[in-house]
Amino acid sequence: MNNLKARLAKERRFRLYGILSIALALTLLSILFISIFSQGYTAFQETKIQLDINFEQSVLDPKKTKDWDVVKKANFNILIKNSINELFPDVSGRSQKRKLKKLISTSGEYQLRNYIKNNIEAIGTTKKMWLLADDDVDMLIKGHINRSLPENERRIDNDELKWIEVLETKKIIKKFFNKTFFTSGDSAESEQSGILGALLGSLFALSITLIISFPIGIATAIYLEEFAPKNNKFIDFIEVNINNLAAVPSIIFGLLGLAIFLNFFELPRSAPLVGGMVLSLMTLPTIIISSRVSMKAVPPSIKEGALGVGASEIQAVFHHVVPVAIPGMLTGTIIGMARALGESAPLLVIGMVAFIVDIPQSVTDPATALPIQIYLWADTPERGFVERTSAAIIVLLIFLILMNSLAVYLRQRFEKDIN
Amino acid sequence: MYNTDVMNDNKNIIDSDDLISQTPSKLDNAKTVGNIHVEDPRIIAKNINVYYDNKIAINNVSIDIGKNEVLAMIGPSGCGKSTFLRCFNRMNDTIESCIVEGELYLDNENILDKKTDVVPLRAKVGMVFQKPNPFPKSVYDNVAYGPKIHGMAKNKIELDEIVIKSLEKAGLYEEVKDRLDTPGTSLSGGQQQRLCIARTIAVNPEVILMDEPCSALDPIATARIEELIYELKENFTIIIVTHSMQQAARVSQRTAYFHLGSLIEVGSTDKIFTTPQHKLTESYITGRFG
Repeated sequence: MNNLKARLAKERRFRLYGILSIALALTLLSILFISIFSQGYTAFQETKIQLDINFEQSVLDPKKTKDWDVVKKANFNILIKNSINELFPDVSGRSQKRKLKKLISTSGEYQLRNYIKNNIEAIGTTKKMWLLADDDVDMLIKGHINRSLPENERRIDNDELKWIEVLETKKIIKKFFNKTFFTSGDSAESEQSGILGALLGSLFALSITLIISFPIGIATAIYLEEFAPKNNKFIDFIEVNINNLAAVPSIIFGLLGLAIFLNFFELPRSAPLVGGMVLSLMTLPTIIISSRVSMKAVPPSIKEGALGVGASEIQAVFHHVVPVAIPGMLTGTIIGMARALGESAPLLVIGMVAFIVDIPQSVTDPATALPIQIYLWADTPERGFVERTSAAIIVLLIFLILMNSLAVYLRQRFEKDIN
Repeated sequence: MYNTDVMNDNKNIIDSDDLISQTPSKLDNAKTVGNIHVEDPRIIAKNINVYYDNKIAINNVSIDIGKNEVLAMIGPSGCGKSTFLRCFNRMNDTIESCIVEGELYLDNENILDKKTDVVPLRAKVGMVFQKPNPFPKSVYDNVAYGPKIHGMAKNKIELDEIVIKSLEKAGLYEEVKDRLDTPGTSLSGGQQQRLCIARTIAVNPEVILMDEPCSALDPIATARIEELIYELKENFTIIIVTHSMQQAARVSQRTAYFHLGSLIEVGSTDKIFTTPQHKLTESYITGRFG
C-alpha cells in the first residue's frame, strides 16, 4: 500500500503545480490590467474651462452679412482672448497675456467656429461655453503634475498655477467625459487627439480581411478535406505550404504586400484596403487549418449515411459535414481575425504608420490601425499621451474581448442548432 | 479513410494467423459449396474481386439473390463480408485504394459499370450501417432528407405522408410521433437504428443492405429490429451481414458463409445450420473459431 500513498501524493502534487501555475498567470495578468487601467482611466476624462464668450459683431461679421462664407474667415481667437482677459483683468503685458490664453487648447477657436456655423444667429450675443483646456492644465487637474514641486520642476509655472486656482475657486474648470477621445483622429496636441481614426482604420482593414479570407479559406478547407484527390503529390505540396505559411513571420507578409500590392499593382499607400489584403494573407492559413480540423472532427458515419440514401458527394458535404463543422470554422475565423486586429508589423511596412489626423471615410483613405496608434503614442514623451496610450490599449482589449465573446456566442448558437 | 473498419478487415486477412492457416492465395481455386443460383434472381454477382492497395479482399465470389429474400452473410472477422456488402451500392467507391472487379447485375443492369450513376443506385439500394448514424437533425428531417434530395414529394403534405409512412414501417412512429422535431441523436440506440431504417425505406428502395445492424444494440432492441426485418422482407430484398449466427438463423432464408475473402458455402439457412457441407462452415458454426 506504500505505492498507493506515493501515487496519491504525486497526484496531489501535480494538482498543486497546476493551481500554482494558474495563480501565477492570473497574478501577472492582473498586474498588467491594473497597470494599464490605473494609467489609462484618466484618459476617459477631459478638462474644460467655462468662459463667457461674447460673439462680437465687430469681430465676426462687421458688415452684418450673416453669410457663413464671410464669417468663417474671422479671427475667433480674439473672442477667447477677450473673454479670458476679462476674467483676469489685472494680467498685463504681452507675454503674460499670451500665457493666459495658452490655458485654453488651440482647438478652442474651432469649437467656437463650429458653434457659429450651426447658430449664425448667435452673432452679437454672449454665451457661456465650456472650452477644452490645454493638456498641461488637464494633467494638473487630473493630478499628474504635483503642485508642491518647485516651479522649475513642473510644466505649469507659478502664474499659471495661480490662475488655475482662481478658476477652481470659481468652479469654472471641470472634468467631463472625454468625448474628444472617441470622436477625433490623431493630433500633435494630446488633448485634441482621439482614437476614432485608428479604430475605423482597424475596422475597415478587418472587414477587407474578412471579405477576402473567410470565403477563400472555407472553400479551400472544404476542397482539400473532402474533394481533393488523396495521395496526390501536388495536393501534398499545397498542404505543406499552407502549414508553413501559418508560421511565416507577419512582417514578411507586409513586405510581400509592399512589393506586390503597392509597387506592382500601385494600390494607395497607407490604406486599410491594402492593410486588409496583407492581413488576409496572414489569416488565411489559420482559417484553412482550423476549418479542416473541425471538418475532420465530423464523424464519417454521418457522411456515409447521407451517401447511403443517395446524396451526391457535394450534397453529403454541404448538407451534413459543413453544418456540423461551421461552429469550429467560425471560431477559427474569429481567432484569426483577432490576431489580425492585434497585428502591427505588416501594417508598418505598407505605410499605415503615418501621422494621420483625418478620419478615414473609406477603405482607400489613408489610416492607421489600433496597435499602430498605440505604438505611435507610446513613442511620444508628453504626459498627455502616456494616459492616451493606456486608453488605446484598453480600447483594443475591449475590441478583442468583444470579438472573442462573439466567437463563443456563435459557437454555442450553432451547436444548439445542430443538437 | 472513411471506413477504417473495412480497412482493418483487410489487414486481418493479410496478417491472419487463423487456426485454419489458409491464405487467400491458397483458397484461389476454392469452389463454393452449395447452390449459388436461385430461380428468378433479383441480383446476380459474377466473379467479384475486391482489392485494397493490390491486396485481395474478396476473391472471385459469385452469388444470386432472389426477390423478397433475406440473405445472411456470416463469417469470422475480416472475411470480407462487409466489403462484399458494400459492393451492392458502390459504397466502396468512397475508399480510394479500393478496386472492385467483376459484374454485378441488379435488374439486368451492371451496377459496377463506371457509367452507372451511384445516386439513383443508392436510392434503389439502401443501406443501414453497423452503428446507428442519424443525421444531427430532427427526427422528421432525418427521414425527409432522402425524399427531399430525390424530389419524391411535390409538397409538404406528400412529404409528411412519406415521413409518417416510413416511420410506421420502421415501427418507430408510435414512439416518436409527439417529438418529430427533437434531434434524431437524442433517441435511444435501438430507436436511432430504427430511425436509420426509416430513413432508408423513405426513398423507396428495392434492396436494403444491413451491415451488422444490431451489433451496437441490446437484446430487446435487437429483437425489435429482427421483427422489423421479418416484416420488411415482404417488400424488399434484404442482405444482412451479421456476427450472430442465431440472428442469421432467425431472420434469413439463405445463408452465405465467407472465409478469408472467399465464399465457402451458400445454402438455405436450415441446411447451413444443420448439415453444413464444408468443413470450414462446420467449424465456424460449431464455434471452433471465429
